Amino acid sequence: MEVLTEARNASRRFGAFTAVSGVDLLVKRGEVVGLLGANGAGKTTLIRLLLGLLQPSDGLVRLFGSPPSLEGRRRVGYVPQTLGLYAGLTVAENWAFTAAAFRNVSTPIPERIAAWKHELAGSLPLGTQRQVAFALALSHEPELLVLDEPTSGVGPLGRARLWEDIRYTADRGSGLLVTTHNMEEAEQCDRLVVMADGKVVTSGTAAEIIGGRKVTEVRCKDWSRAFRLLDANGFSVQGHGPALRVAASAADVGGLISREGLDATIEVVAANLEEAFVAMVSTPAAA
Amino acid sequence: MRWGLEDVRVRRGRTLALDGLTMPADPSLVTVVVGGDGAGKSTCLDVLVGLVEPDAGTVRRPAKERIGYVPATAGLYTDLTVQENLDFTAEAYGLSGSEYHRKAAQIAERVGLAGARHRLGSQLSGGMQRKLAVGLALLHSPDLLVLDEPTTGVDPVSRAELWRLISAAAAEGTAVAVATTYVNEAARAAYVVLLEAGKALASGSPDDILDAVPGAVGAIQGAERPTPRSWRRGAGWRVWAPTGMLPDGVRPVDPDFDDAVVIAALARQRER
Repeated sequence: MEVLTEARNASRRFGAFTAVSGVDLLVKRGEVVGLLGANGAGKTTLIRLLLGLLQPSDGLVRLFGSPPSLEGRRRVGYVPQTLGLYAGLTVAENWAFTAAAFRNVSTPIPERIAAWKHELAGSLPLGTQRQVAFALALSHEPELLVLDEPTSGVGPLGRARLWEDIRYTADRGSGLLVTTHNMEEAEQCDRLVVMADGKVVTSGTAAEIIGGRKVTEVRCKDWSRAFRLLDANGFSVQGHGPALRVAASAADVGGLISREGLDATIEVVAANLEEAFVAMVSTPAAA
Repeated sequence: MRWGLEDVRVRRGRTLALDGLTMPADPSLVTVVVGGDGAGKSTCLDVLVGLVEPDAGTVRRPAKERIGYVPATAGLYTDLTVQENLDFTAEAYGLSGSEYHRKAAQIAERVGLAGARHRLGSQLSGGMQRKLAVGLALLHSPDLLVLDEPTTGVDPVSRAELWRLISAAAAEGTAVAVATTYVNEAARAAYVVLLEAGKALASGSPDDILDAVPGAVGAIQGAERPTPRSWRRGAGWRVWAPTGMLPDGVRPVDPDFDDAVVIAALARQRER
């Protein structure tokens, strides 16, 4: 599959601060790539490098096979988390404005947003606004789309509809780069790239990133006491329904629980993506 | 049910913001309200803390000074330092003396700001601000802690720290009610309300909700929509068969919370 954008060993320094350090990233046609990282991990700087809004201090950045340029950016679509719609304009006026900006004035408004064309964009429910923003970003048939938390805050059916649109776009040959803190969105992606402190700490499918990582699950009738005990002893403990999940070995957790004479069952279970992510970016050296 | 909402209705103009909603918030437990924007989450919490009077139904809550509440967009003063925020909140609740100093030190430690007490609220990261806001709401050891989207836009590391703080409050005996748009946070709750258009699509413990998913759920690869009741999951599809009979070629899977939420919404649509 053709590579749409690529960073190879790319770095960007601001004075003494290195925001992006030796990063590799690829987005090919037909795939949805998730970019994850804590705040300040370097995700935004990396995207600005890929779009040519910043120059790399070191390494190589390509957009459609060339150094990023205005020409390349015309083939990119972007939907920020704030959507970028004009709330005081109707959907049809938003469409006309975007079409004019990309010099596509003759393109008719797509059917799936035409139902709201006379409504003010700001008056629509968030899920609908997101659908409209997505349709606007697709108006110039971009080959690469960058989306920021595209489905956050949207109800279940609206979210399902948005993922359908996103997948349809990928199936037709565009590539998508999704930046997100939302693990449900991350799990929808074909591949994930996880950044911490300006570096890529891991990449792969969600299953590959979780790998063999385990957590210890504790079920105890006296939930509160078990939590207080583990918490006070410095364990990284999280409530999980009626159970507790601890990022530590069953032996360490079980030892403490039995020393205190708590009646609990302890089981080693597979970590979820969020637990794997937190473990990885909290201790990058161990990743 | 110690605290909470029972069959509550709230009218906003011609629409019902809450339509017969029941939501318990019991001591030592975390209740999570999950829903998209406009589902009624904030209204639900506003009724619980007494900011909105319901048009019908029953609300049980402790006395106002026994509630800790963090709204979605505030919870601290960004032009005050961490210490000034603690002092101001303490004064508002009539806390003073050694008891206050002990508690303030404990909370500053707990939220990771013990070494940054003289930093301005505005100089803290988004995640730090949210942690401090929750810490401030816990300063007077409330009986009921109510948090409106404390983790929205917060990165996963800060989110885990916030949840540790929230669970710790419940472990100390506080009743906690949390609103979120992140479906996977429901798994952290003892009791979950899936809210959509002011109504509970489903409620109960996370296990109860998963066990109550009607029919069968399956997975299949491919670009074409396999049945009308299908939605994308990664490069493939999830399929829901209300009758329990999955079409040929669809591999049965155990539904997860994401599936349960979509199915609850589809089932509601089917009833209409």
